Amino acid sequence: MIDVIIIGAGIAGIDTACNLHDAGYDVLVLEKEKSMGGNVQHWSTLFPSKRNAHEVISYYTEQVRKRGITMYLNTFVNSIKKQDDGSFEIHTSREVSFKCKSVIIATGYSLFNAQRKEEYGYGIYSHVLTSADLEKHWQKQSAEFVSPTQKPLNKVAFIHCVGSRDEKSGNHYCSKVCCVTAVKQAITLKQQSPHTQVFCFYMDLRMYGPGFEEMYREAQEKWGIQFIRGRLSEVAEHIDGSLQLKAEDTLSARPFKISVDMLVLMVGMESQKSTAMFAESCNITCASNRFIQPLDHHLQPNATNVEGLFTAGACIGPLSVFDTLNHSKSATLAVTSYLK
Amino acid sequence: MKPIDSETKHTWNVYQKDIANDNFYYARSCIRQNFFPASEHMFLHILRNVLGKHVYDDPNHTTCTGIGYHSDIVPFETIQTVVARHFSLMTEAGLENIAISCVTSFGIYTEILDTWHHFPEQLEQTREFLYKATKREFNLPKTIAHTSDIIYKFRHEIAEKSTYSLVNIETGNPLQAVEHIGCHYAKMFPNKGIGGAEFPQVLSGMIQAWGGNVVDYPERRHCCGFGFRNYLVQANRGYSISNTQKKLESMKPYNPDFILTNCPGCAMFIDKWQYTISEMEGKTYDAHGYGIPVLTYEELAGLVLGINPWDLGLQIHQIQSDRLLQKIGIPYDSTMKYTDSKGNALPKPNVPTYILQ
Repeated sequence: MIDVIIIGAGIAGIDTACNLHDAGYDVLVLEKEKSMGGNVQHWSTLFPSKRNAHEVISYYTEQVRKRGITMYLNTFVNSIKKQDDGSFEIHTSREVSFKCKSVIIATGYSLFNAQRKEEYGYGIYSHVLTSADLEKHWQKQSAEFVSPTQKPLNKVAFIHCVGSRDEKSGNHYCSKVCCVTAVKQAITLKQQSPHTQVFCFYMDLRMYGPGFEEMYREAQEKWGIQFIRGRLSEVAEHIDGSLQLKAEDTLSARPFKISVDMLVLMVGMESQKSTAMFAESCNITCASNRFIQPLDHHLQPNATNVEGLFTAGACIGPLSVFDTLNHSKSATLAVTSYLK
Repeated sequence: MKPIDSETKHTWNVYQKDIANDNFYYARSCIRQNFFPASEHMFLHILRNVLGKHVYDDPNHTTCTGIGYHSDIVPFETIQTVVARHFSLMTEAGLENIAISCVTSFGIYTEILDTWHHFPEQLEQTREFLYKATKREFNLPKTIAHTSDIIYKFRHEIAEKSTYSLVNIETGNPLQAVEHIGCHYAKMFPNKGIGGAEFPQVLSGMIQAWGGNVVDYPERRHCCGFGFRNYLVQANRGYSISNTQKKLESMKPYNPDFILTNCPGCAMFIDKWQYTISEMEGKTYDAHGYGIPVLTYEELAGLVLGINPWDLGLQIHQIQSDRLLQKIGIPYDSTMKYTDSKGNALPKPNVPTYILQ
């Protein structure tokens, strides 16, 4: 019987697998995608240092290789069943089931589908992108972003909280990283294209992490990025392909219109659908935001209501990369304590 | 400028609704018969004689009192009881599919049904009010559709029976159309409208099925300015006309051949305010000074089916459709424009200062 099965080979799953391996436990990692790295593998740079996200993935890939950790890719977990003896049986798309003493769910998050905010025109107007699209573009080519119509980008707007803190979308919670990601992306855009006017439409700016506030200040003072506390109501396209935004400046309580050449939607995080499947198959309690509910936020942040079943990373709610890695390290301690 | 459906179809497909195939109880509008005298008649003609459907046009049906409701004159309890009476008439006729001619009424019916769904005690209270007042009882409708939904549902059948298509006979290109959806069609209850509130397909689907091209324009979703209090209170009418002007300015660069609407207020105001703006500012919104014709969906369906434009009542509109008829290749007799059904001459309207006729 395997000591620990980790579901998900994102950074949380891999970090936990490495730490448990180093502690002497037999681990197996199951990943539904064809490669390891989770959401981070699609990101270009990480805030606040703007280090290349690929460095993090490469680091963990090397750690897995050095340790010889067993990992099954393209493996979808169908259900988790707790046995009478306290062990777990995991059924997968591989037509074989795995038995283990403990399970760590590290399924992370999925990005909000911006098409659900159809008034923002994603998937309809070619100049409306998401923050993830922009990261993918920069990941492939570091050159200046060129609009789909090859026109110069004179004005670009970033819209915060797309699918976050939004009852209409069914997501009442904050996704935590979108504010600072917008600041990072806005600065990157200005660095590449200094003539571009950049606007950020925010609800609140939640610069909670180390270096975040400094980036926000730099964005304003050094790069002239304009932050407007305002909510976007709708996007439409002009005959020349530019975008008309209708918004409300919530500080002055006035509606206004602005035309921009590109719009970037800062999409939030949602619980993975597969997480809901696990939760149902094993009676794991989820919170109202559909992420897994920790047994005790303060004292047992990795435990769930099912004894022996733990969490690591953003399957419990939106987390930044370093919050995720902290959570995965505490998962290692929790599982080690359980297996002793 | 790009066709609307190419990239948005996936979004529109999210919103679909059940529309009955036959056997409708017709709920007329109280203002459409004055603004567009042939439209409701044309709906009945198309459904009954072209498509072979059964529609009951009930002489006992009344106004829904929506204008009074939106003006804070008619209380919610009263309008619920009026709507309940309409359902009672429908039930009495042995029908369960209600077809509503007016967008305001459609919004009211959907609002009331939604209220009864969430607050069943309101439904019970309304049943009690109606019974005490009239001794009537009622069933809830099985399907509720705006009449534009029904024309949309049968748009391909209408296309198969059509005489003309929305193509410019001189250039061979599809006519460029803009559509305007009444706010109360889907903005309150997006799942009750075909295509939802942001990219409604109900009118664009008709235009495309009949050969035209729909152009998106920035103020496509903006209210026409009808807005009840905007026009009921004379001092507020500046709000109304400024909304329409915003839409007309926004669509002008696309040189639309016509505007299609599904709401009585929208069709009336977008048409009539063109005259007012031209008299105030000497400005018209087509390239040649004729204004942009505003049609109802029944009128457009009637045109493609080859019905005489004067029987459709197009001459009653402020902006005349002669140039549109020429583009489509529909023959018409100018001398019969202002005659009654027996050929007797009717008074001709005055000629505007700026809008060419």
